[in-house]
Amino acid sequence: MTTPVPAIGQPLDRFDGAEKVRGLAPYAFEHPVEHPVYLFAVQSTIAVGRITAIDCSQASARPGVLAVLTHQNAPRLSTDNGELRTLQSDEVTFRGQIVGGVIAETSEIARDAAGLVRMDYEERPHNVDLRGEVPGHRERLKVPDEVLPIFPMDTSEGDVDAALASAAVRVDSRYSTPWYTHNALEPHTTIACWTGDGFTLRLSTQGVTGIQAAVAGAFRLDPSRVRVISPHVGGAFGSKVYPRADVVLAAMAARLVPGRPVKFALTRQQTFSQTGYRPPTFQRVRLGAGSDGRLVAIEHNAIEQTSKIRQFAEHSTRATPSMYAAPNRRTQQWVAELDVPTPTIMRAPGEASGMFALESAMDELAIACDLDPIELRIRNEPQVHPHFQLPFSSRNLVACLQEGARRFGWEPRDPTPRARRDGGWLIGTGVAAATYPVLRLPGSKATIRVGPDGRYLVLIAAVDIGTGTRTALTQVAADALQVDIEQVDLRLGDSTYPPAAEEGASAGITSWGAAIHEAADQLRQRLTTEHGGTVPADGLEVTADTPDNPYLKQYAMHSFGAQFAEVRVNERTGEIRVPRQLGVFACGRIVNPKTARSQLLGGMTWGLSMALHEQSVLDLRFGHVVNHDLAQYHISSNADVGAIEVHWIEEDDPYVNPMRTKGVGEIGIVGAAAAIANAVYHATGVRIRDLPITLDKLLPGDRPGSEVGG
Amino acid sequence: MSTEVEVTLRVDGTPHRLTVDVRTTLLDALRERLGNTSAKKGCDHGQCGACTVLLNGRRVNSCLALAVAHDGAEIVTAAGLALDGELHPMQRAFIRHDAFQCGYCTPGQIVSAVAMLAEAEAGWPSAVTMGEPAGVGSGGGDGPTVGTVTDDEVRERMSGNLCRCAAYANIVPAIQEVARR
Repeated sequence: MTTPVPAIGQPLDRFDGAEKVRGLAPYAFEHPVEHPVYLFAVQSTIAVGRITAIDCSQASARPGVLAVLTHQNAPRLSTDNGELRTLQSDEVTFRGQIVGGVIAETSEIARDAAGLVRMDYEERPHNVDLRGEVPGHRERLKVPDEVLPIFPMDTSEGDVDAALASAAVRVDSRYSTPWYTHNALEPHTTIACWTGDGFTLRLSTQGVTGIQAAVAGAFRLDPSRVRVISPHVGGAFGSKVYPRADVVLAAMAARLVPGRPVKFALTRQQTFSQTGYRPPTFQRVRLGAGSDGRLVAIEHNAIEQTSKIRQFAEHSTRATPSMYAAPNRRTQQWVAELDVPTPTIMRAPGEASGMFALESAMDELAIACDLDPIELRIRNEPQVHPHFQLPFSSRNLVACLQEGARRFGWEPRDPTPRARRDGGWLIGTGVAAATYPVLRLPGSKATIRVGPDGRYLVLIAAVDIGTGTRTALTQVAADALQVDIEQVDLRLGDSTYPPAAEEGASAGITSWGAAIHEAADQLRQRLTTEHGGTVPADGLEVTADTPDNPYLKQYAMHSFGAQFAEVRVNERTGEIRVPRQLGVFACGRIVNPKTARSQLLGGMTWGLSMALHEQSVLDLRFGHVVNHDLAQYHISSNADVGAIEVHWIEEDDPYVNPMRTKGVGEIGIVGAAAAIANAVYHATGVRIRDLPITLDKLLPGDRPGSEVGG
Repeated sequence: MSTEVEVTLRVDGTPHRLTVDVRTTLLDALRERLGNTSAKKGCDHGQCGACTVLLNGRRVNSCLALAVAHDGAEIVTAAGLALDGELHPMQRAFIRHDAFQCGYCTPGQIVSAVAMLAEAEAGWPSAVTMGEPAGVGSGGGDGPTVGTVTDDEVRERMSGNLCRCAAYANIVPAIQEVARR
């Protein structure tokens, strides 16, 4: 028997490509169903208060309307999750909260009738202004609960204040990031059917197992009575991890029309209030260093917002204790509870916003020390993890910076702002570091069944949100089974398969892949020891959990990267263009170079979009996002994106997981916005600490006719 | 008051007689009445391009068209670009360049790209064709581009199709591979 060519490392085309390019891969709303009904949500028009009266008469009278759901007739749910307590009382806690739903024969009738449901309210004053919480209201802020138990929310070592007071060079800067909204191109959609004793839910989700548990719990059903199917997901980026009101409303509607599938899609506008967002942050970074740039103190504080119905806080300062050696360090985090929708996970939650601040501050320190920003980072490279005092399982930040500098053409670089120009364009370059922890999420199992025909069937309730999971996990399975990839069929996206952790935290391959790897090991072993190496006539099946990693307590495990950007700023108009981005990453072994590159490329473009384009604008009077569509909330379009290069450092880290992978979904965005902000400073001499970097912030408003940075 | 009308649509080569609400968009007629879900609904407002189809040979946002206004129209979706199961060269190029991730914007991108190249071929100008160089890449400002399109032309002409997975840097070379044939 010949050893098959290893599948890991092959740049395979994604397996669902031929279906996707024709539009034939079915997303949740596209599953063919007989005699569907359509649901449309009714949303609150106040931010805080109580519903005092409901008049459904006009809506109910519309021909084709089957039912109107409100808190007065909705089933009582069993859940203490504020996000899922939909239609459980007359209370309104944020503007746009779902307060009803109309079920009708067509989508046009449902939408029309939803506009005819009349609600009267008793309105109370609301507070949605995080900026108002920052000065002088510390007593109203809370330290948030830990997001991941391995990372303490706040850290403190040494005496930061004393070290800062005596430092030769100091940076003390405040940064802010806005309310970012995911805007996956496929809005959140569900087809819910009540089958008499349970639900079948086809929905767009990052975790079928989690949705199954949440819906079963809320409706007091055995989880086996809830089947969740999600074969293809049209983007998610964190917004489809946690179940929210939309799935509850769809399930409630399905109970009212047994046997008829309820089709429910949020409109693009509704996604801005219903599906979470990256919370805005106000951050302060204080750095103290010797005149040689060696850090003596790092302090990083962040204030964010959450809702009053459920706490969610990004851990924006999480990356800081992993980055640089400094004997005195402190990170602190607070959260304000406001009358807003609950924020949620969004691509690199914490690192994306936190590293914008830290890596901007490092650039400011390099300038203050008259040091090259790459050299500054190299001088502050720690020998062990600064907080945990553990060795890194692998750490290649310096290699990424050096390789990136070589490929980007960093040298020679005159650090003087406004030194380079081309016609009316000021040109600048910037660099920033990136990091993301290697995470594993609990609760995954995989089943592998081999038949007498020599084909292997791998079952796991994982999902492919566009990352290429279907392809990459098949590569993992083939190598773990030591068979040709053609012999492996992998099925995912169905809660009838063994349970799986949600897709998130760049932990998919680590969590699911390790379970598959373990099942494959056990299957091979049993084939050898029990069956003499041949598959028995009725086949053989093994199910295994993600095994514990014995090295977790011995090593700190992180990916690292270096982000480079070139910007051009029009001297007259302040227009900002980014003709070049280059990233070098050290994220362990790469399972599929083609799809991994696409994820990193996508992350870097998200960084560009975060830096220059995106911002949800809140109307403080009413408490809602006013630019709630894709014309006004600008995400990077094709014309915004220049040349992007993605490279990686070869790593072979035996400690992270059996595949030796570290995850690639998040790190591409981390540091990218800081690299652009640092390049904007280099081009113009204007330091922008409040994202997004828009041209109005570069033009001196009080001096009409004068030039950028002039 | 009846709000329903009968229309005929020829979709991907097959004629259909169907009843639609006067409020039914062309996109919903395809997806919810005819079961052709190749064109996607991303925003329903003509802002994302996921619903792009060829309507009588030209690319349009089908969410902004009312079905009742297009009785007798010829519609081609991305599914219809693949004749007899044979993928269109643009579809093969998108797969080869990994010019998509989640795939939701992809049918619209591909229909748009095919129509866009035909527009450029016919000498239709874009903002880049006659405008100032934008500072990105090398193209722009060189006058009409018959036969060839620069990367900046592709970027400009494809900017009605948003991709949140942000595969733009793969979409441009995929389209250029087809354009250069």
